[in-house]
Amino acid sequence: MINRLVLKLLVMIGLVWAVPSYADDFTIGYLQLEKDARYSKKQSFARYLLGSLGRPYAGAEVALKESKFHGSGIGATFKLEQVKGKDSAALLTSLKEMNAKGVQFFLVDLPADALNELASATKGQNLILFNVSAREDRLRQEQCQAHLLHTIPNYAMQTDALAQYLVFRKWKEILVLSGQRPDDLEFNQAFARSAKRYGLDIDEDRPFALGNDPRQRDQNNISLLTANADYDVIFIADTQGEFARGVPYASIDPQLVVGAEGLAPVAWHWAWERHGAPQLENRFEAQADRPMRDADWAAWMAVKAIAEAVQRTQSRDFAVLSKHLHSEELVLDGFKGNRLNFRPWDNQLRQPVLLATHNWVVERAPLDGFLHQTNNLDALGFDKPETKCKF
Amino acid sequence: MHSISPRQLALAALMSACTLPAYAKGTGYLFVSSEKDNHITVLDGKTYEVVKRIGTEARPRHLQFNADKTQIYAAAGDGNAIDVIDVAKLELVDRIGEIDDPELFDLSADGKTLYISLEDDGELGILNLEEYFAQREGKPDLKVAEAAPVGESDEAADDAADEEEEGEEKKGEAKEGEEDETLPGMTTVEVGEEPEGILVSPDGKTAYVTSEVANTVHVVDTASKAIKANIVVGNRPRRFALTPDQKELWVSNELSGSVSIIDPAANKVKETVNFLPPGFRSEDVTPVGITLSKDGKTAVVALGRANHVAFVDVASRKVNDYVLVGKRAWNTTLNKDDSLLFVINGLSDDMSVIDMKTRKVLKSVPIARVPHTVLVDD
Repeated sequence: MINRLVLKLLVMIGLVWAVPSYADDFTIGYLQLEKDARYSKKQSFARYLLGSLGRPYAGAEVALKESKFHGSGIGATFKLEQVKGKDSAALLTSLKEMNAKGVQFFLVDLPADALNELASATKGQNLILFNVSAREDRLRQEQCQAHLLHTIPNYAMQTDALAQYLVFRKWKEILVLSGQRPDDLEFNQAFARSAKRYGLDIDEDRPFALGNDPRQRDQNNISLLTANADYDVIFIADTQGEFARGVPYASIDPQLVVGAEGLAPVAWHWAWERHGAPQLENRFEAQADRPMRDADWAAWMAVKAIAEAVQRTQSRDFAVLSKHLHSEELVLDGFKGNRLNFRPWDNQLRQPVLLATHNWVVERAPLDGFLHQTNNLDALGFDKPETKCKF
Repeated sequence: MHSISPRQLALAALMSACTLPAYAKGTGYLFVSSEKDNHITVLDGKTYEVVKRIGTEARPRHLQFNADKTQIYAAAGDGNAIDVIDVAKLELVDRIGEIDDPELFDLSADGKTLYISLEDDGELGILNLEEYFAQREGKPDLKVAEAAPVGESDEAADDAADEEEEGEEKKGEAKEGEEDETLPGMTTVEVGEEPEGILVSPDGKTAYVTSEVANTVHVVDTASKAIKANIVVGNRPRRFALTPDQKELWVSNELSGSVSIIDPAANKVKETVNFLPPGFRSEDVTPVGITLSKDGKTAVVALGRANHVAFVDVASRKVNDYVLVGKRAWNTTLNKDDSLLFVINGLSDDMSVIDMKTRKVLKSVPIARVPHTVLVDD
C-alpha cells in the first residue's frame, strides 16, 4: 500500500519534472532505422563517392554545437533526441509520443519508401520532417508533402549539375551504364531528363547485370559493355556501388567516367576549400573521426535551419517557425557560398552541387553562364514550371 | 634616395634590408599581406613599386600597427603565429608563436593587449603582451614559410591536409594535459563557433566579436571576461567599424548582403543597410571589408563577389556610389587624410587605388597571390 503510494508520487514527480524539461529545451527529434543497409560496414569501407561513411547523426551533433547561442533569445537550449526503430511503423509510434510531449521538428534518416510511409501517416499535423538522406526525385514530385522538407539534393539536381559540366566541356556523347535496382533506374531516369534539358546525346543506355553468368556477359563484362559505342564519357547509374568502381581504366575506349564514379555530383566534399568549408569539415571530423559526406551535411543543415528560424523569429511557436522555414526570407549558410532556402513549390533546399573526384572538387554547379531568370540555383533540379508536386 | 630608380631600389632591398634608410615617421609605404605567397609586400606609396617582400610564417592575413606605428603585427593563420615586423627595418623581428589559426585580431589603444579570434576553438583570445614577452620560454625561431603550391582556389591548397594532421596531434596530446600549455599572458573567452571580426572599444573595456556561425555579435567585458550581451545581426557577420563619435558600430553581414548598425549603448541593432550594385542579384553581394572616414560621414563597404565597393552616407544611410574594383573585394583602408582608398581584391591578386573625392579608380596594382589586408604608413 505504502509502496504503491510512493510509486504514484514518484510517477507524479516524474511527470512534473518531465514536462518542464521540454519547455526549457528546444528538442529536435532524430529518427533512424536500427539496421539500414545504406550504412553497412561494407558500404562505408568501399568509400563510394555517393555513399556514406557513417550515420549522419554526427552532422546533427555538430550543428547542435554551433547553435548554442541561437536559442538564447527565447531562453531555450537546443537538444537532440535520437530514436532508432526497427521499421517506419515503430518510428511512427515514437514520433507520436515525442510529438505529444511537444517535439515538432524531426530529422528523418530513412530510405525513400519508409520515409514516404512516415510522411503520409503524419500529414496535416503540426510537425515538420526533414529528409536528410533520401535522394529520390519522386519524394519531391508525386510523393511530396507540405510538412516534408528536403536538405539533401535530389537526383535531378545532381544530374543537372553533371550535365552542365559536360556541356561546358563539350563532352556531349554519352554512354550510360545502369544498374537494375530501383534506385539505379531512378538515377538513370534523372540523367536522361538532364541530358534532354541540357542537350547531351545519350548514344547508348546499357543495363548492367550483377553476377558472373557467362550467358549474360554482354551485361556484366565492362569491356563488352563499353565496346561498339561512340562516346566522350561514360555515365554510371549505380547507387549502391555494385559495379561503378570497376569501370574507370576498364573501358574499351579510354574515356572518362562520371556519375557514381570518377566525377560525382555531391552535396559536400572534404576537399572543398572555399566559403569556410574547411572549418566545417574540421568540426565534423573532430566529432565523427571521418570525413563529412552528403547525408552528414544534410543533417547538419536541417538542424541549422531550425536554429536559424528560431533565432530570426525569436519564437518557438510552430506556426511562426514553419512559416519562416517555408519562406524565401530564410537565409541559410551551407558553407557553399550561396544563400540557401527551400523551394516553395516542392520544399527542396536550393543549393550548389559540387562535382568531385575522390580527392578534389573540380567545379561547383551551377556553373558560370548557366543562368536562371530568378535564382541560378533553380537551374539545378525541378524548377517551378516542371513541378508535379501538389501540396 | 627618391631619385634612384625602382630597379636600384629593388636591388638594394635584395642585397640587404638593413641598408634601407630608416625613415623616422611615416615611411609612406604600403604593406599588403599575401595568403598564398606567405609574405608582406612593401610598396612605395607614390609609385606603387615593390620596395620589398618580407617573408612571414604561413598564410599571413590581418595586419595592424602597434600604438606608435613602429611595428606591424601580422596574423599567420597556417603558421599558428602572429609575426612582428619592424617598420623602419622592414624586417621580421619577432614572433608570438603557438596561437591556433589566428585570422583577425585587434590591439588595445594602449598597445598592451591583443584580442584575437581563435576560429577553430570558438574562443576570443586575450593576450597580455608584456606578460607574454616577459614569461615566454625564449624567442621562437623566425623561420619563414615557402610560397604555397599553385592551386586554383582562393584558400591555401594544403589547408585541409595540414589541419587534419594537426587535429590528430591535438587530440592525442589533449588527453595528456595539453591544457596546461596555454601561452603566457593568454586568457580565453568562449564565444560562438567561428569567431571572426573583432574590435576593442577605445577605452579598452569592451571587445566585440562576431561569430560567423551564430549570426551574433558577442559583447565581452574585458575586465571580467564575461559576455555582457549577444546581439543577433545578419548572416555570417564578418568585420566591424566604429564611428568616431562611438555611437554606432557597423558590422558587415557577408551572406545577408548587408550591414547591421548597432547602438553600442543599448547593444541593439538599430538599422540595416542593404547593398545592390546595378546589374547584380542580391545573392552575389557578399560584404566583408568596412572602413569609416575620419570625419564619420562616409562608410566604405567592400562587396566581395559583387566586385564593387559601396560608398554609404552615414547620416542618411544612403548608398551614393558603387565603384567597380577587382575580383572579390575584401579589405579596405584609407590613408591618413582620407584622400585615397585602398581596396584589396583577393581573387584578382591586386589592389585598387580609389580617389575619395572623385570616387574613381586611379590605379590597379598587382600584389601577389591572394592578398588580404593593406596598411598605410603615412
